[in-house]
Amino acid sequence: MIRITKHALYDILRNRFVLFYAVFLMIITFSLFSLDSDPGKAILSLLNIVLMVVPLVSIIFTTIYFFNSYEFIELLLSQPIDRKVIFFSEFLAISIALSAAYLVGVGLPVLLLGGQGALYMLVSGLLLTWVFVSLAFAASVSTRDKARGIGMSLLFWFYFSLIYDGLILYLIYSFSDYPMEKLTLALISLNPVDLARIVILLKLDISALMGYTGAFLKNFFGTGLGIGYSMSLLVAWSLIPLLYALRKFLRKDI
Amino acid sequence: MIEVRNVNKRFGKLEVLREVNATFQKGGSYAIVGPNGSGKTTLIKSILGMVLPDSGTIEVDGESVRGHWSYRERIGYMPQIGRYPDNIKIGQLLTMIRDLRGTAKATDDELVHELRLDELSDKRMHTLSGGTRQKVSAAISFLFDPAVLILDEPTAGLDPLSVEILKAKILKEKERGKVFLITSHIMSDLDELSSHILYIEEGIVRYDNMIAELKRQTGEEKLGRAIAGMMRNNFKANPS
Repeated sequence: MIRITKHALYDILRNRFVLFYAVFLMIITFSLFSLDSDPGKAILSLLNIVLMVVPLVSIIFTTIYFFNSYEFIELLLSQPIDRKVIFFSEFLAISIALSAAYLVGVGLPVLLLGGQGALYMLVSGLLLTWVFVSLAFAASVSTRDKARGIGMSLLFWFYFSLIYDGLILYLIYSFSDYPMEKLTLALISLNPVDLARIVILLKLDISALMGYTGAFLKNFFGTGLGIGYSMSLLVAWSLIPLLYALRKFLRKDI
Repeated sequence: MIEVRNVNKRFGKLEVLREVNATFQKGGSYAIVGPNGSGKTTLIKSILGMVLPDSGTIEVDGESVRGHWSYRERIGYMPQIGRYPDNIKIGQLLTMIRDLRGTAKATDDELVHELRLDELSDKRMHTLSGGTRQKVSAAISFLFDPAVLILDEPTAGLDPLSVEILKAKILKEKERGKVFLITSHIMSDLDELSSHILYIEEGIVRYDNMIAELKRQTGEEKLGRAIAGMMRNNFKANPS
């Protein structure tokens, strides 16, 4: 497994995209911190960018990489290697590459420059990376057609980053006369991007701006239990699509 | 050695293999023949575990291939269209495969040298012509001295010199008791290389016998004519 992961990692690093990604994230991080003297505010601006960029890059890069390494997978399958090992090695290689880029570009600078919620920023960014890598695997394994695979991945991203929030806003707005706290909590749990956002936002002491629902969420997510809840949900969000993809991959005709 | 029993496979509506039965025994060299799209490659890929049959069993040395992978140590596979990562160099590819296998045993590099691939080791895979890719596939399939070699149209696209080198290698390894499964549309090649013939049409095995027996039944000298004769008689061994 380590051997295959190693070769897949070489392959990923040979095209320098991951390097550019890390540098790009780093430039954003440092410029935001230098623009704002208050690290809390800088993290808030960074959060908005990271929540868009990290899922998008993770899901699209993984999908394209998976289709490009189809040849490699074919070659491995004719060798005495377990399909499971091939699958997890590919997943591991991409996750390692993208996580390292995130750590270098955002995680470590944020920890160094400080500010509230820095650690949460690091952890939830990593979890988001894994969630979207595994969603990308689910999309790519489901079809043989590269264009369709990338389309499906983009659709996932649009849904979780834009459409879902629109739906929630519409719902909350339409039913604003009713108590919505519990429903909001449930709806947030169904979107990994929102989960990551809430956890970091509530560490930034701006939840007061979010009204009654914000206070309720602060009560919930502010506690150790709430943090544990959201983190384990994010882990579940990365495991479930991955296991679905594995199931499909084990039964796939190559 | 390899035992295929009642294998069925469909891709959507298309039935690619229907109740296929075949036995490939040690020391035999099997020609798998049939029109394009008759299921030859699907049968091969089923043996390799790349395609999963809908029903039926395939056993290699008495062990079912389903869910297993270690049996592939004993099989060398040369695909019809060798597809390799674009950015890798020939030398790196060979090193990588050796590394993945992790065998301490010395590898059989004879074809690498004879097909002059070592001179091209700095070339990237995507710059190679179709024929050179075929050479790489051939060299890889023989690399680990496997007991079974599955060659899917090995001579298609190779230059005449390389064809002769490959054929000489096949005959040499055949002498050493290896099992060969070869598909091809070039009957003269199969005539030289194989002892048995398996004729597949629309996923059904229509004929499975020794080539010598086929020739005797049809009274033909050449394999191509013998098969044509058999097809005319609708695969009845003794036309009355």
